[in-house]
Amino acid sequence: MRLVLRLIVLVVIVAAIGLWFTRPKTDGPEVLAGLTADPAHGETVFTASGCASCHMAKGFEGEAKLVLSGGQEFPSPFGTFHAPNISMDPDAGIGDWTAIDLWNALHHGTSPDNQHYYPVLPYGAYIHLDPQDVVDLHAYMQDLPADATPSQPHDISFPFNIRLALGGWKLLFLNEGWAMEGDLSPELTRGRELVEAMGHCAECHTPRNALGGLKEGANWLTGAPNPAGRGTFPDLTPPEMSWSEAELVEYFTSGFTPEFDTAGGHMALVVENLAALPEEDRAAIAAYIKALPIR
Amino acid sequence: MKSVRTILLGLAAAGTIAGGVTAASHEAGVPASVKARQATMQLYAFNLGTIGAMAQGNMDYDAEAATAAAQNLVKLSSMNQGPMWAPGTSTDDIEGTRALPAIWTDMDGVIEKAVALNEAAAAMETAAGESLESLQGAMGALGGACGDCHKAYRQPE
Repeated sequence: MRLVLRLIVLVVIVAAIGLWFTRPKTDGPEVLAGLTADPAHGETVFTASGCASCHMAKGFEGEAKLVLSGGQEFPSPFGTFHAPNISMDPDAGIGDWTAIDLWNALHHGTSPDNQHYYPVLPYGAYIHLDPQDVVDLHAYMQDLPADATPSQPHDISFPFNIRLALGGWKLLFLNEGWAMEGDLSPELTRGRELVEAMGHCAECHTPRNALGGLKEGANWLTGAPNPAGRGTFPDLTPPEMSWSEAELVEYFTSGFTPEFDTAGGHMALVVENLAALPEEDRAAIAAYIKALPIR
Repeated sequence: MKSVRTILLGLAAAGTIAGGVTAASHEAGVPASVKARQATMQLYAFNLGTIGAMAQGNMDYDAEAATAAAQNLVKLSSMNQGPMWAPGTSTDDIEGTRALPAIWTDMDGVIEKAVALNEAAAAMETAAGESLESLQGAMGALGGACGDCHKAYRQPE
């Protein structure tokens, strides 16, 4: 009897330690203290990060893409995720969020009510955003429309529907390290920021393990099957990626491939975003891609 | 652009008539109508290749050659393609095509995008004769017009 009791106490202690280490992390407002918001730069962050591509209502184009009422479906081996409403509606959307709420969502994957977000929100990439980027993004988003469409719940199967377990996922796969390291030129540094942080290119172009974590190292940006079931995302490393820098920039500007086909699927939406960035940013992304090592 | 719209409006009607022709003309492979529209896409790509090579600095800018290529794009985009888009040749019906059924159910959308492509090609014709900078500036809109149709009506790979 006494042994059983001891075992129970041990299990409770281990569980408590586990929960402590995997608890949703947050920062206080001091992380953003003293920063002055620049909404114009926030628009660049918004565009480069592709927020609207996932959070716009299905099939919208042009200005309507800025109505971030959500609803697009993202099928995966774990179930189907539904992009939530992140419009400026204070109830249905995120209109009541402070800049620190946005920071905690993007940097820690933690919601204002202290829940883990699923990594379908690519905080594994956004963790690399600077505090200034997030403050600017928050300021820009204040001017976007409000929409009262309620968010749809995710349709995720057991055991992946247990959000507490996401703390373990973060412990394993969420880190602040860059994939491309070393002494980088200013152009490559900007390219890395656009590819690894804002553009979250690896989310599709890097293969994942059984738990949905990105395989880093030699697997970085080497292509992956589409979790939605059909097709693959191409390998961006040499020699598979044989396009020249000029051809990459053309693709990011007009969507034309070197064979003068056009970008398809979700990449068409990415190209729309990239086309709206300054020319130097598209060149920086191309420079980053061409600097990837042969695997 | 009204004339182009009128030509394109013939698409739906012509397509229905062509259905019978197509059924008779194809053997084991894809129907002749599908081959014809895929060949049209290759003609777009070939002419875009000339303009694109100049835009990317792989070929010296030549106003005459660029204009000729752009004129071909204008002609291709104002052709009556109705018979090439015969009913019964979508991804639901046959192998060897990525043409989604929406093409046949959203005729207004198809025509709107076809007219937009024709306008972007006409803008390229003007730009191509002006300067390399103008040509480069017109690439985005042209690519966007191609992509809008592919996004809506072509099955992703």
